Amino acid sequence: MGNPNKVKAERGLMRWVDDRFPATQMWQDHMAKYYAPRNFNFWYFFGSLALLVLVNQILTGVWLTMSYNPSAEGAFASVEYIMRDVEYGWLIRYMHSTGATAFFVVIYLHMFRGLLYGSYKAPRELVWIFGMTIYLALMAEAFMGYLLPWGQMSYWGAQVIISLFSAIPVIGPDLTQWIRGDFLISGITLNRFFALHVVALPIVILALVVLHIIALHEVGSNNPDGIDIKKKKDESGKPLDGIPFHPYYTVKDLVGVAVFLFVFCVVIFYFPEGGGYFLEKPNFEPANPLQTPDHIAPVWYFTPFYAILRAITFSLFGLDAKFLGVIAMGGAIAVLFVLPWLDRSPVRSMRYKGWMSKTMLALFAISFVILGVLGVLPVTEGRTLLSQVCTIVYFAFFLLMPFYTRLEKTKPVPERVTG
Amino acid sequence: MKKQLFALLFALVPVTAMAAGGASVPYSMEPDLQDKSSLQNGMKLYVNYCMGCHSLEHQRFARAAEDLNIPQDLVEENLIFSPDLAFNDQMHIAMSEEDGEAWFGAPPPDLTLESRLRGTDWIYSYLLTFYKDPSTSTGVNNVVFDLVSMPNVLEPLQGVQEKVCAATDRPVEGAELDPLTGKYQSCETLQVTQPGAMEPAEFEDAVYDLTNFLAYVGEPSKLQAQSLGPKVLIFIFIFGVISYLLKREYWRDVH
Repeated sequence: MGNPNKVKAERGLMRWVDDRFPATQMWQDHMAKYYAPRNFNFWYFFGSLALLVLVNQILTGVWLTMSYNPSAEGAFASVEYIMRDVEYGWLIRYMHSTGATAFFVVIYLHMFRGLLYGSYKAPRELVWIFGMTIYLALMAEAFMGYLLPWGQMSYWGAQVIISLFSAIPVIGPDLTQWIRGDFLISGITLNRFFALHVVALPIVILALVVLHIIALHEVGSNNPDGIDIKKKKDESGKPLDGIPFHPYYTVKDLVGVAVFLFVFCVVIFYFPEGGGYFLEKPNFEPANPLQTPDHIAPVWYFTPFYAILRAITFSLFGLDAKFLGVIAMGGAIAVLFVLPWLDRSPVRSMRYKGWMSKTMLALFAISFVILGVLGVLPVTEGRTLLSQVCTIVYFAFFLLMPFYTRLEKTKPVPERVTG
Repeated sequence: MKKQLFALLFALVPVTAMAAGGASVPYSMEPDLQDKSSLQNGMKLYVNYCMGCHSLEHQRFARAAEDLNIPQDLVEENLIFSPDLAFNDQMHIAMSEEDGEAWFGAPPPDLTLESRLRGTDWIYSYLLTFYKDPSTSTGVNNVVFDLVSMPNVLEPLQGVQEKVCAATDRPVEGAELDPLTGKYQSCETLQVTQPGAMEPAEFEDAVYDLTNFLAYVGEPSKLQAQSLGPKVLIFIFIFGVISYLLKREYWRDVH
């Protein structure tokens, strides 16, 4: 401010850049003049937090790669080398391993927000589909990353999941071998998973995040009332219920970042193993292809789908139970993609939907959590029955949606956002 | 004949390892990484009694010396026995895997991460619950690791422990509490029948120190995490307060 010459010089520099690259234009389109509804609540922190965790994963991942050795002989020892001999290697590694858990916590809450306020409904179908594709890529990224420490659970977890492909009729066995690159999981599998984990999938995820945000900023953010804020504008064309993303939401999100980082750091410094759920105990033993662990459980963020897989215990139409389980598991994820076309409600937000939608969402959330718990536990008869019930509820939420969203009586939606 | 015997032993190993996974653990301990004298004593015991067979492949002497406040010359004189090992080396052993397999049926495992794999309660209980059993090849068996192929190397310290029918203070599975004495009557009670160099309480302390040392070895960074953690959390807290005040200031004109 003080030196007018300096201000002039800065403006000159910015103009020079803007003549060649739309820097100011982009800043205004996506931050300073991107109008977001003023009534975002707690659930709206998780988008920016997902971005924070993504950056954390990329940065810590790059540093881990500097000391990691992607070979069957050296992988396990190199992780311990990072934990002991690399300066702050333990911190970088725990930030990465805890980051994987944090990523899924944040993404699940972010997706639940979408379900709660109908953020997938027109015109945001593509925002939702790009988001779902990010989730799918993230699951592949996490699965491949989990093999890299080359511990017992890395090895046998991958063994179980890859062998699922062998259930596909006709091409199954060859497909499985093609994925592994070997007759069993070996150093070859480890190498290709490393390549996919550190190069291919991060590029895909970053590209999808850009598409997700561009699509969002094209149609504008939804809000807890599910109202289109662009319908009510002032004389200058600004939405009456909108506020510029920067500075309002940048400073608000900073508070969310601080709270998140506090919890995140408590885990990193004091509970990095997460009670055996973030880092599983058998993974402190190097992979041994000759010895199967007593109990193989996937990491917590995959367990709901693993429980759905195991819930199918019967053959049907000449297809065996394992293959049907794979179809059910795949279907559980696939059905999320068509969600925008299943919801026939005239309103977006759960605030104005009827009791049937509310009940179904609550039942869905409860069964998802129960399935998650069941996926960690060993199978018993009672648990299998419970997981079957929860699987039915899971699918009923989606497949009955066209009916209950049309049948139920909705509440009138206000003209302007509330609260 | 000998070959067949070893083959049989080897075949049993995965089974016994499995059995160990599900067994209940009778004792528990809480590691204390701030108790340097306990950790130092644990390292001394480890090097003298365990390191003949069990390596600590990822643990360097130098790092332990630094973290446990042991001067370099003391480590070099008293804790490094092999002429092939230097102060900065990892705690390797001289015994080859082949020999280990030939002598014990399976090579004795590396113990760097044992405390994270099985937990410190398991290690502590395992070391305390060897008992005399003439039916095994080593003459001893173990409560938490049935038919383990490891002999009770701490016997000179502990003495010979046997299963006897007696009253005990510790809860025993299947045995009922006697309301008069407050004790449990069980024929699974472990009792030292031939004293060793240490009294039972003294021996428990020694095993505590040894387990505590293995807890340290499993995750030496825990010491750093404990000292860095509070600073980072305080920083984030202050950052949070400032960002909240900033948010409140900016949002004054909304609504």
